[in-house]
Amino acid sequence: MSDDTARVGVFTCHCGLNINGTVDCPAVAKFAAKLPGVVHSTDLLFACSDDGQENIKEAIKEHNLNRVVVASCTPRTHEPVFRACVEDAGLNPYLYDQVNLREHVSWCHMGQNEKATTKAKELVAMSVERVKNLEPLMRQTVPVIQKTAVIGGGVAGISAALDLAKAGFETYLIEKRPTIGGQMALLDKVFPQNDCSICILGPIMSEVGRHPKIHLLAYSEVESVDGYVGNFTIRVREKTRYIDVEKCTGCGVCETKCPSKVDNEYEFGLAKRKAVYRPFPQAVPSTYTIDPEKCRMITEGKCGVCQKHCPTGAIDYDMQDKITEINVGTIVVATGFDIYDPSETREFGYGVFQNVITNVQLERLTNAAGPTHGKVKRPSDGETPKRFAFVQCVGSRDRRMDQDYCCYYGCENSFKQATQIMEKYPDADVHIFAMDVRTHGLGYEGLYRRAREMGVTVIKGRPSEIEQNPETKNLKVLAEDLYTGERLEVTYDMVVLASAILPPSDIEELARKLNVSQGETGFLMEAHPKLRPVDSFRDGVFLAGAVLGPMDIPKAVAYGKAAAAGAQALMAPGEFLVEPIFADIDTEACIDCGLCNDMCPYGAITGEGPERKVMFELCQGCGTCAGGCPQNAIDMRHYRKDQVMPQVESAARARGGVA
Amino acid sequence: MSKSFEPNIVAFTCNWCSYGGADLAGISRIQYPTNAKVIRLMCSGRVDPSMVLQAFKNGADGVMITGCHIGDCHYSTGNYRTQVRYDALSTAMDMMGLHPDRLRLLWASASEGQQWADGITEMTQIIKKLGPSPLNGRGKPKKATPKKAAPKKEAVSKKKAAPKKAAKKGGAKK
Repeated sequence: MSDDTARVGVFTCHCGLNINGTVDCPAVAKFAAKLPGVVHSTDLLFACSDDGQENIKEAIKEHNLNRVVVASCTPRTHEPVFRACVEDAGLNPYLYDQVNLREHVSWCHMGQNEKATTKAKELVAMSVERVKNLEPLMRQTVPVIQKTAVIGGGVAGISAALDLAKAGFETYLIEKRPTIGGQMALLDKVFPQNDCSICILGPIMSEVGRHPKIHLLAYSEVESVDGYVGNFTIRVREKTRYIDVEKCTGCGVCETKCPSKVDNEYEFGLAKRKAVYRPFPQAVPSTYTIDPEKCRMITEGKCGVCQKHCPTGAIDYDMQDKITEINVGTIVVATGFDIYDPSETREFGYGVFQNVITNVQLERLTNAAGPTHGKVKRPSDGETPKRFAFVQCVGSRDRRMDQDYCCYYGCENSFKQATQIMEKYPDADVHIFAMDVRTHGLGYEGLYRRAREMGVTVIKGRPSEIEQNPETKNLKVLAEDLYTGERLEVTYDMVVLASAILPPSDIEELARKLNVSQGETGFLMEAHPKLRPVDSFRDGVFLAGAVLGPMDIPKAVAYGKAAAAGAQALMAPGEFLVEPIFADIDTEACIDCGLCNDMCPYGAITGEGPERKVMFELCQGCGTCAGGCPQNAIDMRHYRKDQVMPQVESAARARGGVA
Repeated sequence: MSKSFEPNIVAFTCNWCSYGGADLAGISRIQYPTNAKVIRLMCSGRVDPSMVLQAFKNGADGVMITGCHIGDCHYSTGNYRTQVRYDALSTAMDMMGLHPDRLRLLWASASEGQQWADGITEMTQIIKKLGPSPLNGRGKPKKATPKKAAPKKEAVSKKKAAPKKAAKKGGAKK
């Protein structure tokens, strides 16, 4: 018997009742046993358990198997598990194929047990045809550059960057805004202890600025990302500040003298800033920035006041953006989130009624560094309100806007803000209108209790409408208390909307540059929701913080640190094993038409005539070249034509599970 | 035909989008007919037209090519080629004596479990109406002479064109 003769082993997994509840697994195993080439077939309760894997390994030895099929769940999560298992038993890991009986059969054909079992049999037969034709492949190693880039300098990105730098890896921290700190830097207090936000964030921000291993690229954006795991090239556009960072001492004379006032995005429309500005005093770097869209000198060519007054001559209106190319082995994406702006829908009169504000605006009003120096004042008349209403879930859990998810921070945040109001103004009336109150995590329930003990009232129900008194600008909230059934009409001085969390507006573009996937709601998608929460589908790219979905600060920090650990684990060995799935060219059959060069998205095909070859480091294994070669001269490893065709034939010939 | 006709559909998927979408349909327990059998490739760009022909030649009642939405391809531009090859195959269906509706292109992202399930359900219904493939030697196909069939086919494909466009738009907004 030659070595080439396939001796296939088929293992059908029950996955408890997950598969076996719909698919008759023993029947599938029995059916598979009769397929040509199959010398061993059995069903296992849990193939991926230690016992299950041991059974597979023993069967490989006992029956001298040289091909293995496991019919279980999706290969997107479990292929690596079973490849490692067959490798342990001495088999090449690429002589393995997986059938997805769970996600593609039992879970989506519930109650159609007979048909599902038939489909399962057919899928197994297809896989057996494929596996017989697979060839052993050797993984290739690529060297890994021991540097990393963190995109996004909020608290998640800062946490990731600091851990990576402390582990000894040179780290580039790329931040779009003029300063790092993200949304957390704009908060007044953080729940549940209600400690001062910038007091805990400020020190780690300056640590980033000081760390010798961190190259801070603030006010910078990612232009393009090329390369592959271990060797990415990122082109970064360092936007010009029109101020020489080396010369600027952060004295602020320019800001005092600047005549142009513009809306301050860091105060969410509550205050103005100058055209030359620093987002907040603790900014890192502490350099000032000229807003090119608002500066009169840059837009109209007249003014130049700041340049005249700058004591160090740091201002230069002719400065240009700088493109920097960095080479890194791994990338951490932590670009955070956007706050939902209800003025688009004018929900609850926001944007029309002056005293309806969002919770981020209230955050600035309670903040001592904010526009009112920590005194809560009504936008309409500057009076201190006495009667407050909070409306929860504005834009969250709302199918009308495809924002059908909990914002995760809104309930705790409103309790935090309510307790702050009660501390500042003990006579105030605070009512919170909520569909449900969700206080997850240690300490959060305590905050909920503390708020109620201080006199905050929680009303179950979502207001139906808010009316404004045109003279007093007071607000009448109409709602129904769902516990008592009572209709409520209560007048307030100020209404605060707990705004939703959205994916950042430019995430689609970044996702495309990085080649990572977005989930249904637009946030970036992790490789596995349970087991690989900080990995993307692209090797070497890790995800952290609220770019993955709504999360609070401790979670964002944990994700940042987890992504850093993932990146370190990848970089530490200095080399990375890449999938040996790349294209091969048969130069004898090649007619030198050059179509493959054009088709390859990575420029991985080089040379002409007999010199034509595929550079495996660049080839990502899509097989587009193989799919279009008119001569069949180019073929894709592991998805070779003679490996796919038998599977196609088996699928097309399938007649109700009869082999 | 003794039993009611159950179409046999071969569905090519890419590893990143449509296979993920099919996984999500399962994870979300979205229910759909059992008729489509998936062949996983890395990219829909790997689908060699000869694979589609081979499927029909061996008796498949329908073939689906599925992948990432245009612009979302994991390999940047692989699915542009898929679109071109699909268009070419589509025009060749008549020549093979097959109804053009037996071949379908479906873009579904990894977050579109519902679109995947709807796509399979719809395809199954279409093929059920068309009957078994004339090439698979089972039962009698609803075969008209090519001359007669031509305008009829046109009408069907026109009708189909509208929802297909809508589906693409729907996906693009993501």
